[in-house]
Amino acid sequence: MSVAGIIFSNIHDNNIPELTRLRTIASVPFACRYRFIDFTLSNMVNSNIYNINLITHLNYQSLMDHIGSGKDWDLARRSGGIKLLPPYITAYASNPNIQYQTRLEALKGVSYSIQKITDEYVVLSDCDVICNVDLNDIIDYHIKTDADITAAVKTMDLTPEQAKINVLYTADAEGRITDILSYPTNFSGRADVALNIVVMKTEYLQEVVLDSVAHNYVSMTRDIMSRNLKHRNYRVYKYDGYFATITSFAEYYAHSMTLLNDPAARAALFNVKNRPIYTKVRNSVPANYGQNASVKNSMIADGCDIQGTVENSILFRGVKVGRNATVKNCILMQDTIVGDGAFLNHVISDKNAVVRDNRMLAGADVQPFYITKGKMI
Amino acid sequence: MLLAGGQGSRLYTLTEKTAKPAVPYGGKYRIIDFPMSNCVNSGIYTVGVLTQYQPLVLNEYIGSGSPWDLDRGQSGATVLPPYQGKDGADWYKGTANAIYQNLNFIRRYDPEYVLILSGDHIYKMDYNKMLEAHKAKGADCTIAVLEVSLEEASRFGIMNTDDDLRIIEFEEKPKVPKSTKASMGIYIFNRDLLERYLIADEADPNSSKDFGKNIIPNMLADGCKMYAYPFSGYWKDVGTIQSLWEANMDLLDENSELDLADRDWRIYSRNNAVPPHFVGNYAKITNSLITEGCEIEGIVENSVLSSGVKVARGAYIKDSVILAGVTIGEGATVNYSIIDSDTTIGAGSVVGRTRSADEQITVVGSDLNVLPGADIPGGTMVNRAWLQENKLLKE
Repeated sequence: MSVAGIIFSNIHDNNIPELTRLRTIASVPFACRYRFIDFTLSNMVNSNIYNINLITHLNYQSLMDHIGSGKDWDLARRSGGIKLLPPYITAYASNPNIQYQTRLEALKGVSYSIQKITDEYVVLSDCDVICNVDLNDIIDYHIKTDADITAAVKTMDLTPEQAKINVLYTADAEGRITDILSYPTNFSGRADVALNIVVMKTEYLQEVVLDSVAHNYVSMTRDIMSRNLKHRNYRVYKYDGYFATITSFAEYYAHSMTLLNDPAARAALFNVKNRPIYTKVRNSVPANYGQNASVKNSMIADGCDIQGTVENSILFRGVKVGRNATVKNCILMQDTIVGDGAFLNHVISDKNAVVRDNRMLAGADVQPFYITKGKMI
Repeated sequence: MLLAGGQGSRLYTLTEKTAKPAVPYGGKYRIIDFPMSNCVNSGIYTVGVLTQYQPLVLNEYIGSGSPWDLDRGQSGATVLPPYQGKDGADWYKGTANAIYQNLNFIRRYDPEYVLILSGDHIYKMDYNKMLEAHKAKGADCTIAVLEVSLEEASRFGIMNTDDDLRIIEFEEKPKVPKSTKASMGIYIFNRDLLERYLIADEADPNSSKDFGKNIIPNMLADGCKMYAYPFSGYWKDVGTIQSLWEANMDLLDENSELDLADRDWRIYSRNNAVPPHFVGNYAKITNSLITEGCEIEGIVENSVLSSGVKVARGAYIKDSVILAGVTIGEGATVNYSIIDSDTTIGAGSVVGRTRSADEQITVVGSDLNVLPGADIPGGTMVNRAWLQENKLLKE
């Protein structure tokens, strides 16, 4: 059995516009040293999927910089490895506006590459699924039930706001999908929420893509799955481990803080035997704690230099906290510099931000104060 | 050519299972990262690493050379263990013999110059500048030297030079040193000449096949043009427990000459896929280096922690070097010690004594499980046998 992977790198860019103005959602920094896509890539590699197609769309420079040759995920390979599939625009394109919105449209855009996949199965995944899952469990279930499509779901309690940005599945006792609600505007309560990790037979995916090109279908759930529920074997796979999907700036903050306050969540993500999360190696020095450093309940990456006080915070690689500075409830991304005597509470700083000496900045947990990339305050 | 076969016997239990160049240092490095990174940063991309003693960890660590960008098509890093030839197999009998046995490797690349390094020192050096000096002087051999104090000089190979830095005399560990220029064991040779001397030395049955004892004195005696290349900057031989501990502590000194964070002369190492380190609510960390993967709930002062070290609540670590994967149990105290990788110190144990002038460093070996409540006196070299003898080993 051989399996290929397909990853959508831009699909939820609109969810956290603050962080995706200069990058794809795939390359949004998370948990001190990772990017969102590291979790998807690591899940695939740890499940022996070494032939990965990464579909990109807009502003993917930072993503390309992050992935490089794929070496840090063991994906720089002679056979397979990682392949970036940017939008395919020919000089003779009759319609240069190929700004796709949905996954199916993205797949149609790379139809040529999809038709060339020779692996028996494909796993299609979004890039913002923060979890540590053995995809083989889903693939095995898919094979055992002889399904056409298997969608991973997690049972969750949803608010109306959360429901309207998710796809909800209803399945019968055997796990066969009987109904699909795509982004319902009037739903709240308990539901099986799509994790946006889907397993398909490659043959079926190829058929669906060609069919969609011919019929101008645009949505996998509406145009393909909903129409064929009765005569196709679509299944849900119930996953009950740690899972975070980040749909807003406030949720980005909340999920980051969960890692500090919930040891079980931290362990489920990072301390799974034989399933480490890989990321780009930066060769930073170990974190340095100064004579007057005071750090509590925080996650700190290598390359940090801490002279002040840090509490309930996440510090990415190369962050510097000056003398007598206080950092509370903050997420400070790579190479942020906090000057001497500065005071930060509920602040998210993007890469290379600088907070000058004695500056006081504060947001709130539902609306953290955001400092854009490279900004000096 | 990097001589990495050294046993490092004065590091006791730390080199029981690994060669000295593979001994961990500074949280996430191994000693060999320094010469390897220096090579790459100096634009030297063909590196032969000669291994002999306990090469498993070292071989695995070097791998394809990828941490230093030495996994290259045309050159890169090559591990050179002793091998079986047509006329039988032989261990490397000395530094010169080790290079002699790998002359074929050197010939394959047909270089003009050969740089000989050892994997025992921590320093940052641009070998390219040394090569430029070598060429400018029209030298046959250039030896990097370090100014040491007159008292220390009798522990080193000492170069006596004229005003132009030409070496006129070489004395190995002189009782009454005439100069303070100590050899750093870094040599650049013109390749043809090196080859000639190695072949001649190999034929000499009375030779101990060593650069310092044979090759250098022979070349001097023949009137070869040999020059000293003065090096200034941080340089540390980490051949003893004391010096290894000191080298780690130097990293905690704000005024230390050794800056590992310098982006212009990076020291590369093999990075493991471990999560960021986590500091709990009861932790207190001051003047320390903490590496990724650590989980700290206790108190850490003036110490260097490698990756994946777990420090439980109430534990206290001071003036110590803790290597990868060590667990320090609840309420345990570790003082003025080096704890080797993957060892567990049981709850409430006391390891070592407060640092003072007449106190010795305590060393606990790797993969040991020390019983809770153990008391290990200062200066002890703890291995499995010691723990069994004192009934402190948890099986």
